[in-house]
Amino acid sequence: MALTLMKGSEAIAEAAIRAGARFFFGYPITPQTEIPEYMSARMPEIGGCFLQAESEVAAINMVYGAAGTGERVITSSSSPGVSLKQEGISYIASAKLPCVILNVMRGGPGLGSIQASQGDYFQATKGGGNGDYHLLTYAPASIQEAIDIMMFAFDKAEKYRVPVLFLADGIIAQMMEPVEMPEMVDFKVDPEKKPWAATGWKPGDDPAKRAVINSLYIETEALSVHNESLQATYREIEKNEVMWENYKTDDAEFVITAFGTVSRVVKSAVDELRAEGVKVGLFRPISVWPFPSDALRETAVRDQVKAVLDVEVNEGQMLERRDQAEDPRNEGGYVNVCRI
Amino acid sequence: MVKVMINELLCKGCGLCVRACPKGVLALSKTKLNAKGYHPAEPVNPEACIGCASCARTCPDVAIRIERE
Amino acid sequence: MSVVFEKTQLLTDKPFHYCPGCNHGIIHRLVAESIDELVKEGKLEAGNVIGVAPVGCSVFAYDYFNCDMFEAAHGRAPAVATGIKRAKPNTLVFTYQGDGEKIVTIFVNNAIYGMTGGQMAPTTLVGQKTTTSPYGRKEEWCGAPIKMSEMLAEVPGAYFIQRCAVNNTPNIIKTKAAIKKAMQYQLEGKGFCMIEVLSTCPTNWGLNPVEAMKWLEENMIPYYPLGVKKDKGADAK
Repeated sequence: MALTLMKGSEAIAEAAIRAGARFFFGYPITPQTEIPEYMSARMPEIGGCFLQAESEVAAINMVYGAAGTGERVITSSSSPGVSLKQEGISYIASAKLPCVILNVMRGGPGLGSIQASQGDYFQATKGGGNGDYHLLTYAPASIQEAIDIMMFAFDKAEKYRVPVLFLADGIIAQMMEPVEMPEMVDFKVDPEKKPWAATGWKPGDDPAKRAVINSLYIETEALSVHNESLQATYREIEKNEVMWENYKTDDAEFVITAFGTVSRVVKSAVDELRAEGVKVGLFRPISVWPFPSDALRETAVRDQVKAVLDVEVNEGQMLERRDQAEDPRNEGGYVNVCRI
Repeated sequence: MVKVMINELLCKGCGLCVRACPKGVLALSKTKLNAKGYHPAEPVNPEACIGCASCARTCPDVAIRIERE
Repeated sequence: MSVVFEKTQLLTDKPFHYCPGCNHGIIHRLVAESIDELVKEGKLEAGNVIGVAPVGCSVFAYDYFNCDMFEAAHGRAPAVATGIKRAKPNTLVFTYQGDGEKIVTIFVNNAIYGMTGGQMAPTTLVGQKTTTSPYGRKEEWCGAPIKMSEMLAEVPGAYFIQRCAVNNTPNIIKTKAAIKKAMQYQLEGKGFCMIEVLSTCPTNWGLNPVEAMKWLEENMIPYYPLGVKKDKGADAK
């Protein structure tokens, strides 16, 4: 298949459409505004729906509504806008609605700046909204990888009934790269496969099939059962959906950890160092939740490994102290050298 | 002959049906208590009922059914 | 034997949890009956309706309306309904809530926050005592109570806005007619419709249900005048 030169935000938007997304609800914010812009032109062409909401808060609740009918729904925003969405994301996670959410990270905290950043790692992987929930979260390092992940993101979201989050950064959305765009997936809501979806119920139908899209469990016992079922899903995801990349780590004495676009800078550094004879490699999580903890341990906790350097466009959120404690040599663990 | 049937289990004794009835058919019971602990409404003057359904339309608990024989 | 009045199928058998005399129950019934009648009149396909419940006392509305239901976050019901309507454009979508799209909003105005125990709402009347306005609402401090119907009538996308009350039989009949009309407008693809229904909150007003109705008549209706605030359908005729 031929390669096409595409801007990241447009390529991601097109990939979402090819993966079956027919509903986009969003609100402009730099550096991801090209996604809604692209959707606004493209969705009508394929009989889909683009709607610019009055706010991020409204947009995520529109996602809740449309996703509850079983359709493939996507929204995108950037850091401060994603913060606004957190309430709705928590409701969507609890109501077990599949959807895809894009966070094109920019500098923070607060209004921050519009340059690329990875400062929302904590929010994406360890929290966000209220309650005990997780999002299946991917951190693509290239436009092509974002496209490839998008092509299975809705399937995963529907398999586990969880929202999928893309933790991308401004670079991915703003740069252009040659990409291979997959063919359009034929997607139609199958009520048999989505018995939970609100597709129309009338008195006389099977009472068990009346859809109630809800996150309220006022009886403590019922909430506890609900939470247990959510957690069981998360354990399944942790078992099945971990993704990572090892680059020249087999004989590495130094392991550099990085996710997202910064990992590509690291890759270049690895190659240059290798040319000078330094045995160095890169470990890159692709799914940041679930985090590839076992793979990281197998890569980094070996006698030959003298040091681990963690490089992030933040103050070191990914390899916080948790992993230091897991370092059996107790030599200070991973060294966070990155201060960008 | 109009029959006003009040589901005593659903009635919360709010008295809005008593107020709505133009013919003084209903009153809250002075003797009965239902399982919820309310004095339910009851027809005390059933033959005066004209079947206008004002009571049923105002009942916030949809506890009233009306039949005409 | 003929049935003069019976409970509609569009309400489930679950007893309402509302306080005695609370108007929510009346308004629920009117909404459900309107849907039922539209189906029986052939204007709406059975099952082709989705409702959105709010946060507030009517949070459990999803247990009462006998159709597919969503429970929305506080204040987000219209956004959720917008999402549903976009995904299911031929479905009748309604929200039932306390506070633009071709949806029908049933806005219950009881001048108080009932679920949390009677705090001041944007619709609390000047002078009205609540747990957060214990000396009575003061306009110079809290502003004047907002008139949602009049405000939304100014929004160009609004198609039909009417304020109703369920304080007596004629008004109950009028309220239902308004709800049904709004639903019909939606089925015809017109714009946003809202029916504001004045309601009592006997428990948090500290009045018995009958006194509460009188208080509504003497205090709320003068400030929140009943009637059609906008009807583009009638204007067109």
